[in-house]
Parts: sequence; C-alpha cells; structure tokens
Amino acid sequence: MDEICTGLCTVLVEAGANSGLAQFVSLLVGVLLVSGVPLLTVIVLIWIERKVAARIQDRIGPNRVGPIGLMQTFADLLKLLGKEDITPTAADRVLYNAAPLVSFASVVLIWAVVPFTPFHMGVDLEIGALYFVAVASLGTLAIMAAGWASNNKYALLGAFRVVALLVSYEVPLVFALLAPVMLASSMSLADIVNAQSGMWFVVLSPLAFVIFYISSQAETGRAPFDLIEAESELVAGFNIEYSGMKFGMFFAAEFLHVFTNGILMALLFFGGWMGPLYYESPLIAFAWLGAKGTIIYLTTLWLRNTVPRLRIDQIMAFNWKVLVPLSIANIVLLSAVLKILQELGLAPRDFIAAAVPDLLPTTLIMLLVNLALVIYLLGILRKHGQEARRESQAAQAALAQLGMQAGSAAGD
Amino acid sequence: MELNAVTIGFVVFTVLTLGGGIGVVTTRNLFQGTIWLMMSLFGVAGYMVLLSAPFLAAVQVLVYIGAIAILITFAVMLTRSVTRIRERYIRTLPSLIAALVLFLILIAGVTLPVFGGQSPGTAPVIVATTTDFGKALVDGNGYVVPFMLASLLLTAAMIGAIFIARDEDV
Repeated sequence: MDEICTGLCTVLVEAGANSGLAQFVSLLVGVLLVSGVPLLTVIVLIWIERKVAARIQDRIGPNRVGPIGLMQTFADLLKLLGKEDITPTAADRVLYNAAPLVSFASVVLIWAVVPFTPFHMGVDLEIGALYFVAVASLGTLAIMAAGWASNNKYALLGAFRVVALLVSYEVPLVFALLAPVMLASSMSLADIVNAQSGMWFVVLSPLAFVIFYISSQAETGRAPFDLIEAESELVAGFNIEYSGMKFGMFFAAEFLHVFTNGILMALLFFGGWMGPLYYESPLIAFAWLGAKGTIIYLTTLWLRNTVPRLRIDQIMAFNWKVLVPLSIANIVLLSAVLKILQELGLAPRDFIAAAVPDLLPTTLIMLLVNLALVIYLLGILRKHGQEARRESQAAQAALAQLGMQAGSAAGD
Repeated sequence: MELNAVTIGFVVFTVLTLGGGIGVVTTRNLFQGTIWLMMSLFGVAGYMVLLSAPFLAAVQVLVYIGAIAILITFAVMLTRSVTRIRERYIRTLPSLIAALVLFLILIAGVTLPVFGGQSPGTAPVIVATTTDFGKALVDGNGYVVPFMLASLLLTAAMIGAIFIARDEDV
C-alpha cells in the first residue's frame, strides 16, 4: 500500500504523533465523516419529505414537535426504537436481520466516492461511476433477501416486482451514465465534475439526463414506479414483516437513496461544485453542490406526490420499448457526433481544459441532435397512441353494438 | 510473511471466497446457497482489488452479484418447492476425487511453468490503469479481435435465446 499522508495526517505528524498512527486516525476520521454525514442527513430529509408532501397535498405537515416540527423525526426515531423487535418464527433468521443493514449500507457506500468539494472526497476512485452502479445493485439483493426471508406471500410478491423493476431500469441507467463518462473520458467522479468547467453536461446531453432521472426515480421505487411497496395492492410489499428499527433502516435507506441520486445527478450533469466563486473556499463549492443536489431532490419529491402509480406491465413496456432503445440510440449518436466533431476540430478533445467559446459549436450541434431524436421519439409515441386509441374506440363501439342488440332482444 | 493491509485483506477475502464456496455445497437451502455464492464472488472481487484491477472488481460485483446471482435467486424463488431439498447427495467419493484432482492440476498449473507461467520474481510489475485497459480492448495491436469475437458470440447467444423463447404462433 502507498503511504498516503495529507491534511489532518500531516498536522498530527507535526504535533509529534507516530506516522502510522496519524495515518490511521486521519483515515478513521474520514470514514466516520463520510458515513456519518449521510446518516445525519436522513433525519433532516425525512422532515423535508413530510413537509413537502404535506404542502403539495394542501396540508401543513408536522408542526407540533419543536419549531416548525423539526423535532418530529427524533420523536419518530424514539418510537421506532421503543417498538418490539419481531422476527417471525418461520423467517430465515440470519437473512431477515441482515437485509436492512445491507440495504442501508448499499446507499451509504455510494457516498465514499462523492466529491464534496475539489479537495474533499472519500476516495477518488478511477472507476467511480462504475462503483456507484455496482454498489447500488447490492440494494436489489437486500430487498430480495428481505422478501424471501420474511416467509410471507405479500413480501415475496413485493420482492418479485423489485427484481423485475430494478434489473430492467438498471439498463437505461447505465447507458445514460455512459454519456457523462464519455464526454469527460473518465469514470472518476472528480474528473467528470472538472470536465464540466466549460459547459454542464445537461446542456450537452439533455436526453441522457432525462433518462437518468427517470431510471433513478424507478431505482428508488418512487411514484410513478412505487409498486415495490404499493400499499393498496401488497399491504406494504417486501417490508411487511419488519417492525421497529429494522423497518426504519429500509425507510431511511430509501429516503437517503433519493437524496443521493439528487447529489449524483448534480455531479454528473450539473457541474457538481462548479458555480460562481467556488474556487474561493471549499465551503462555497460544497454549498453549490448541496444547493444543486437539493433542487433536483425537491423535483423528485414533487413528481412523487403528483403522479399516480403505473401498472407493472406499463412500467415494463415503457422501459423496454421506449427507454432502452432511446438510451442506446442516444449513446450511439452522442459518440458518433462527438468523434466526428473532434476529427473536424470543432469539439475539444479534452473537456477539462476547454473554455466556454471552444465548446459553443459542440453544444449547439449536440442540442440539435438531441432535439432531432426527441422529435423522432414523439412521432413514434404519437403514432402508437393513436393506434391504441383507435383500437379501444373500436372495442367500445363493438361493446355498445352488443349492448344495443341485447337491449333490443330483451325488448322483443 | 509480512503483516500489512494487503495480507489482512488477502486473508479476509480468502475466508470469504472459500467460506462462501463451502456454504454453497453444504447448505440444504437453495436460496441460502445463492447468498453463499454471492459471498464467494464478493471475495473474488476483493482479490481483484488487491491485484490493482479495480475495473474488474467493480464489473465482478456488477455482473456476477448484481445480475447473474440475482437472476439465479429469481429462478429459485419462482420454484419455491425445490428450495428445501430432502434428498441427500450420495456420490460423495467420486466428487471428492474429482475436486482433489482438479485442485492439484490447478496448483501444478500455477506453480510449475506448464502453461508458460512466470515465477513471481520475473513477473513484470506493470500497474495498468483503466484507461490502458480500455485502449487495449480497441487497439489493433491489442485485443480488438477477441473483444469483437466475444461481442459477436454474446449477440448470437442472445438472439438464439429470444428465438427459442418466443411463441411458435407469433
């Protein structure tokens, strides 16, 4: 292992500590910070989510415990901790208890590669983007283990749906993730942010962002893709048998996952910590990332609270017939156009060093390509919609005909 | 043997890999078996990190645990009646001999220079980055032909699977 000693570690060594010990302490502090901050964030997130949902539904939301209800989550936490911790007798004991932990860990692990500022990140992995996808897939495993280990039909049905939903939507998610990776020609999240100094990737590839947004909404199991825990159909889905803090872990994992996706989208498409004066202080850079991530997070809450749930067949058809072909077409077009532009000398080969004027022709052409693809897609969807409407109208007309015949037969 | 982070990691990943493997063949419950399998595959991903191949490690987790093992679990859950098998496996001795022979061949293959292997001392120490790996895959002097062949094979297999699975009358 290479000896890494920066920041806190050097300070400790100067203060006269053993270099090995200093390295260990600084790493420990780093790990505690990176894993602790998301844990604390969840407490605030739950309050935000309840408050936003309430406002959208024309309610006030929690407002009794503490100022503007800020202490409500602590009260809920105490309640969850005080509840009886039940393990069903027919359940698979080890898996049943491990599932909530794996579920939460799969989300917290993502934060290890999040670059908070230009200088502060858990670890700048060379394969950051791929790491995120790999770790997120552990969440699927946790939910499925929970569904199976509960030994309950509703839980198992919920788990089946999760596998179908998450495995399918991972495909467009990864294809959309390829766009920023290809533009930055690096999988490291820090490099991807740095490559957006000239132009945000959401401008260069808006379609990739939309696909990523939709599939990450599906990955977190939020409306309109909330059939993982469709309350009215499955009672509660995969977590039906869980009580107390074990249920709380699943809940916290979901809330944190939504916010984590907001931060990731800010990093991948909205320039992360980039913004006016970000170079002045790491705090300003951090504030930019937080603000962008929160705005995206709030839009997902808005979406969650305004759209109805889709049926499983509609979700699957939308994924495999629209989202996957679109994401593949997008990536093929993007790579071809980018390469042609680079050969013509219109696009920079290195986005990190590129200034805004160098990027203008690329941006314009990329936007036009995206627009053409959207127009083509809308044309196909329109044709499909018209066909579906014609069929349903024909069926209705046939039904009305039958009814009239039956009516006249009864009248005779 | 020097006790450092790499050694500790190696021991942990070995326990994960071998323990998971033993779990797979000893458990009576198919679902638990797949979980053990995932543990074993996770250990292998750990080895790849130790060998400075983070890309392969991430792909190992993504493809083997995130996709293949999940699909196995899915198949197991769909066939709930076979999750608790009553029958005992009786051909223990032949399997044991086969496993031992395979193990010895592998040990011989790794330690003796049968397959053109190099002794640890002469092996070149090149730490290739993910960029090098990517370039080698599409480089004319690199592995572009095997890469294309593998892609073609996978596409053919996929088309074949779709053809077999579809209904006759469609």
